[in-house]
Amino acid sequence: MAENLVTAPAGPPSADAKSRGPGNTVQHLLHAHPSLGPLVVLIVAAIIFDLINGRFFSAANLSIMLQEAAVIGLLALGQSIIILTAGIDLSVGAAMILAQMVMAGLAINSGWPVALAILLGLLVGLLTGLIDGVLVTRFHVPPFIGTLGTLGVFTALGLLYANGQTLTPGPNSLLVWTGTVIHIGSFSLTTGVLIMLALYLVVGFILARTAWGKHVYAVGDEPEASRLVGINTTRLLLSVYLLAGLVYAIAAWVQIGRVGDASTDISSTLNLDSITAAVIGGISLFGGRGVVLGTLFGALIVQVFQNGLALAGVQDLYQQLAEGLLVILAVAVDQWIRRVRK
Amino acid sequence: MTSQDENGPSDTSRTPVLAATGLTKSYGRVEALRGVDFELLPGEILAVIGDNGAGKSTLIKCLSGATTPDSGQLYLDGEEVTFRNPQAAQDAGIETVYQTLAVAPALDIASNLFLGRELRKKGPLGGLLRVLDFAEMRKQAKDHVSRMGIETLQDITQPVETLSGGQRQAVAVARAAAFGSKLVILDEPTAALGVRESGQVVKLIRQLRDNGLPIVLISHDMPSVFELADRIHVQRLGRRAAVISPKTHTMNDAVAIMTGARAA
Repeated sequence: MAENLVTAPAGPPSADAKSRGPGNTVQHLLHAHPSLGPLVVLIVAAIIFDLINGRFFSAANLSIMLQEAAVIGLLALGQSIIILTAGIDLSVGAAMILAQMVMAGLAINSGWPVALAILLGLLVGLLTGLIDGVLVTRFHVPPFIGTLGTLGVFTALGLLYANGQTLTPGPNSLLVWTGTVIHIGSFSLTTGVLIMLALYLVVGFILARTAWGKHVYAVGDEPEASRLVGINTTRLLLSVYLLAGLVYAIAAWVQIGRVGDASTDISSTLNLDSITAAVIGGISLFGGRGVVLGTLFGALIVQVFQNGLALAGVQDLYQQLAEGLLVILAVAVDQWIRRVRK
Repeated sequence: MTSQDENGPSDTSRTPVLAATGLTKSYGRVEALRGVDFELLPGEILAVIGDNGAGKSTLIKCLSGATTPDSGQLYLDGEEVTFRNPQAAQDAGIETVYQTLAVAPALDIASNLFLGRELRKKGPLGGLLRVLDFAEMRKQAKDHVSRMGIETLQDITQPVETLSGGQRQAVAVARAAAFGSKLVILDEPTAALGVRESGQVVKLIRQLRDNGLPIVLISHDMPSVFELADRIHVQRLGRRAAVISPKTHTMNDAVAIMTGARAA
């Protein structure tokens, strides 16, 4: 299964490695397996950080990193599907916060049954996706501008609805179910982590193994050719934004479980972090290239750098520096891979 | 019907695969088509030539379903048809290869051949989970490509972006031939290619005709047109000016009719 996700969508690499220099071989390898690069970076970084501080590879620390990565991992997953269509979503964080405030607000302030409140929150996620999708497909607004606009709108709506409150559900509420700790060996994961991993499996499978997935790649790669072969590109893009919106709302639920409350006071870097994770993970900003398994590695890389540099006692600023350098490296590698020729 | 038709190699008494009578189409005040007649006979390559603005593209769009004519009739195998969109024309067995290299570069050859028509696995895996049958698609793609005699497409799992321009266009033509059960429309298939690569595509087009597939070829490339076509439809000022045969007319004749320097 995981192997399949790595190889998609290009299929097995063409086997003729003859007459290729080592650089060329690496280029072709990365071209056929876009998640290989981030995997190597992840492993090397983890080993280096463990050499610096022996606590890095402890079960407790790895567990914390996974828990920390759950929300950003989910946001990056939604972001990745959109980037695969050569789009971008600047409204991820705002959409998540809005969905989160609606879930918690309806359950706690309005006294709705919690399950229904969560369902409504998921619907809000779908609605934010629908708005972004309609802007892009019907009004032909470039995704960058359209989602920049909805970033403002969703942020404002979230703040207006929350009215500055921090909403704390009871410890047994379904709202914080996503924070339930599950012990597997000496690891302590949360249901939120499992939800994230499950969604990566599902989305990765759909992208690699179904016609819808193929069409996502085709539309991101060459929208005009896709339209001419009879793909309904409008409907496809709309479904992509809807799915992404739903994933953001699930991220909202995981976020409430992780923190234990819902507030609008969440890191404003969520938008860029999700793009960072996707790009480091080898999803091409030009669309049509990359696999979501890479995004998962990307999200973990971001987490490993934050955690590892913190354990190494390095200033916050250097984490930002490292992240920035990684993004530049990832985009440069992407450009290099795209120049692959026979 | 112009007198030149009798000079053509094809037997005009047969039912045309695709025919049109009196097609008109206006865009605002611009009359792109002013009553065009059109016949494609079984097994022939019919070239469509004409100056810019002669209505070539509009004619082709009407035939491929990309646009609907304001008036006039379309006949497929003698039966009247209307195409409301390209999908309808494709469903009727008319495939079109467009000027731009209409392939998705990051996808492999097999995926491109089946793009928009993917095969699903049999049983619940395909029915319920909608899982694609990659093995079957690759097998069919391989068979098809070798049947068409495209030696340059060796590895069916190769991403299209690793191919040359000629090979990419070959993928697009192979795709059209695979699903165009009635006929294939090739809109400037060599316009984006170099000389050598054009040669590959020309060879492929001839191969298709030899396999019995009727072809409409729109091209500016006069040498290719005269090399390939059985008959040439000359479009001028929104009408069919003439249908000529490369056997009885020279390139200069064709250009003269096209530009109006000589009456058809």
